[in-house]
Amino acid sequence: MNIDSKTRNKYKVTIGIECHVQLKTKSKLFSGADNDARTAAPNTLVNHIDFGLPGALPVLNKEAVRLASVLAFALNSKPQSFSKFDRKHYFYPDLPMGYQITQYDQPIIIGGDVEIHDGNNIKRIKITRAHLEADAGKSMHPAGKNYSLVDLNRAGTPLVEIVSEPDMHSSSEAKAFVRELYLLVRYSGVSDANLYYGNMRFDVNVSVSRTEELGTRTETKNLNSFRSVEKAADYEINRQIELLEKGEKVVQQTRGWDEAKQKTIAQRGKEEAHDYRYMPDPDLPPVILDAEYVKSIESKMPKMPAFWRKQLADLGIGSMHIETLLEAQADYKDDGVEFLSLVCEDVNNKEYATSLANWFVNIEIPLRAQINESGTDLEQGLNRRDMYKQLYGLISENKLSSTNAKILLTKLLTEGKPCRSVLKFATENSLIQLSDQNEIDKIVDEVIINNPKPVSDIKKGEIKAVGYLVGQVMAHSSGQANPSLTRDLILEKLGIDK
Amino acid sequence: MSQWLPIAEIADKVTKKQISATSLIERSLATITQKKDYRAIISTLEDRATTRAKMIDEGKLGGRLAGVPFIAKDNFLVYGSDTTAASNILKGFKAPYQASVINKLESEGAICVAKSNLDAFAHGASTENSDFFTTTNPHDQSRVPGGSSGGSAAAVVLDMAPFALGTDTGGSTRQPASFVGCVGYKPTYGLMSRSGIIAMASSTDTVGTLAKTVNDASLVIDVMAGIDSLDSTTIDRQPKGYDINNISEDNLRGKKIGLIREYMGEGLDGEVRDVVNDACLRLKSVGCEVSEVSIPSLPLALAVYYIICPAEVSSNLSRYDGQRFGFSYKEANNLDEVYELSRGYGFGKEAKRRIMIGTYVLSSGYYNAYYKKAQTVRTKLINEFNEVFKNCDFLIGPVAPTSAFKIGENIKDPLHMYLSDVMTVAVNLVGIPAVSIPAGEKNGLPIGVQLMANAKKDRELLLASKNLEGILR
Repeated sequence: MNIDSKTRNKYKVTIGIECHVQLKTKSKLFSGADNDARTAAPNTLVNHIDFGLPGALPVLNKEAVRLASVLAFALNSKPQSFSKFDRKHYFYPDLPMGYQITQYDQPIIIGGDVEIHDGNNIKRIKITRAHLEADAGKSMHPAGKNYSLVDLNRAGTPLVEIVSEPDMHSSSEAKAFVRELYLLVRYSGVSDANLYYGNMRFDVNVSVSRTEELGTRTETKNLNSFRSVEKAADYEINRQIELLEKGEKVVQQTRGWDEAKQKTIAQRGKEEAHDYRYMPDPDLPPVILDAEYVKSIESKMPKMPAFWRKQLADLGIGSMHIETLLEAQADYKDDGVEFLSLVCEDVNNKEYATSLANWFVNIEIPLRAQINESGTDLEQGLNRRDMYKQLYGLISENKLSSTNAKILLTKLLTEGKPCRSVLKFATENSLIQLSDQNEIDKIVDEVIINNPKPVSDIKKGEIKAVGYLVGQVMAHSSGQANPSLTRDLILEKLGIDK
Repeated sequence: MSQWLPIAEIADKVTKKQISATSLIERSLATITQKKDYRAIISTLEDRATTRAKMIDEGKLGGRLAGVPFIAKDNFLVYGSDTTAASNILKGFKAPYQASVINKLESEGAICVAKSNLDAFAHGASTENSDFFTTTNPHDQSRVPGGSSGGSAAAVVLDMAPFALGTDTGGSTRQPASFVGCVGYKPTYGLMSRSGIIAMASSTDTVGTLAKTVNDASLVIDVMAGIDSLDSTTIDRQPKGYDINNISEDNLRGKKIGLIREYMGEGLDGEVRDVVNDACLRLKSVGCEVSEVSIPSLPLALAVYYIICPAEVSSNLSRYDGQRFGFSYKEANNLDEVYELSRGYGFGKEAKRRIMIGTYVLSSGYYNAYYKKAQTVRTKLINEFNEVFKNCDFLIGPVAPTSAFKIGENIKDPLHMYLSDVMTVAVNLVGIPAVSIPAGEKNGLPIGVQLMANAKKDRELLLASKNLEGILR
């Protein structure tokens, strides 16, 4: 498909997103069975409730309600004082009771918004609602076999489904929105938000229109990465524009994303939509949250991305760096790796904050990404806070060049023996800068004597040759001489004005 | 007269080793065998019952119901037992866990000896909807014992055990109690856990107790009542509890009792009317103030019930899908066929009828016209009952329009069968407690009278029932 930008610009793109977030609870939404299905053998985390046995009744997990309440504040909303559960009926082997327990018309979260950062484009995306519901099990259909397999470990896992308003108008806004949701659920601690394990899944609704009236939309379901959200939205935008350009119509349907082929595929049309026969679940009393409970949740809210964005900006950190730091903090939060609090430790020391931000963004974060891929782990014995403080100290004292600092940092992070003194480690690795003038003096003298040709060139005015002599001094000092000091000394000894 | 002593006495004698629990179980099982042509029982739990009886005799188990045999309607899960709800779709299903109320009874030493017959999934008023067989009335084997807890009610009257458990969703404990002549108690909604009981209509399902006397029922109720962490709709006990065996307080004198006008009109059998009027006269004679009261929306209760109940039934029966337990049609060629054939062959006519009605009223476009409107009228009913209870301590009325009818008399006409519930369903919709007490008879067929109290007044209702039982004797 080749839609030129001129054609594309004729259309207004409208995108709304639904996001399923798996809540981080110990047990399931309505049963005491373990909620961590990552590595368990199939059908081992299932009790009589998850299995839908006769007589089994759901009992609401209070922790799930607490996490949903926290999420409400993360979404710039607050939990509803009254919400209730409903049954959504359909038959499928991975749905043991024949209905899903969800919140239909009175969800726990109504309204809210999310500020997205799509490059320099910063805007607020409104949240329509978010509701609690129980996940279904997992069905597998082995190729070439006349049977399917069902694993109920995931059945009953607590989810919150967040529904946005159709406020996005490009695939990059869609990506920025899901990335922001990721940050929000990670910072608020409501979900592991592990995309690999499907802790967050996205459904993207896309329509295009040449008028102010909305076009017919399609919904691409079950996307599991920021990138696939962007790609699927892009694909749908192009596909729909192409159809309309050809004079055809967009059909309202549910589509899936083929990661290998990088395209969306039609799954189910509007006419095949279920009648879910929603009804209030008589087994579950409504969820009533009093003002005191809601207040206590609000008072315990952790620091959210908006707080850090402001802090970092006040420290003079650029927005690209800020976003990288925010995301890294979300990624490594569970490993106890602090980025933001270290950068913001001293609000009066912008220089320190900038150095630290640079080291994080340029060295530590890429290093962690590499190491994550290779599967090894960074040394745990390091006290990173002290390490960075000492590192910064050595530079301030002129004992370490910024180039050597990078080498040293990489070594510290990768070799990572428990390190008390960065100075000692740097000395052992011959990375300390020689700033003692007497020491450098001796070497400079030696170099001048042994290099008559460059010396005479310099004296003739070929100042460029100084670089060669500086290099010689560096070599003789095993790279420890302070290069600018060395240069000054050579010029001085040769009687040339700086 | 009963071959069983009062329950409290049985437990006392077992505890003092004056009778052995084993002998009680033997007697119970022998009676079940001897009276098997009444077809009250679906299965017996001989091994489990005998083992538990031994443990009691060896002093390893005991309590306020030590050694007392009981029968559970076959929609209660009892660990390891066949639990069918009298439906083919659950044939062969063995309970891998058990009902919370069974746990509570067992922890006080009671022993479940058998599972009794019912209308499949408790859908019915005669046990004729059982997928297996129809139970016959102990007083006339050509007649029904009522339902859906007909097996449990008949078992009590046939002396198979001192008490039996039923369920009461729209009258399923009170109506059979009236038809066979025993006490049938329906508690405040939520007073007993529904966990481990095969759901019919979750918002009106309650645990019914069937016994010879109010005293016996009160002890059993006291053991079962209270909050259960496995059922979020359960409510707390009243502080003084429910066992009134040692209480002889007259709580009737000076009390205001309302005779429900709407229940005494058209369609009520003359003899039933006489029995209720006679009970009112006797109540007056002991100092009660009996007056007629009106609950204007009451004539709508049956219609409301037969919308809400099938809606919940259609939802609750979704889990019987031939996938994980119970009957599954093995020759199905694809997933849709598994569903269609398993459910098609597994469910009986009445279950299918209620699934169809329920599915219809919940369908998009019909929800507001039926289900939502029914819930609105239900709220109105609750308000009207509350209003009446401002001026009355108790309400009185018939249990059913007739005494026990002939087997086959109503089965061809489901609407006529539903009318058998007309005087009981409102209580379930409103959630209040009610009891059926034997009050008279017609041609050798018992007739009960229904006494009701406001929600969470079970203790008061039990006390009043005990007094009423005394003056009716």
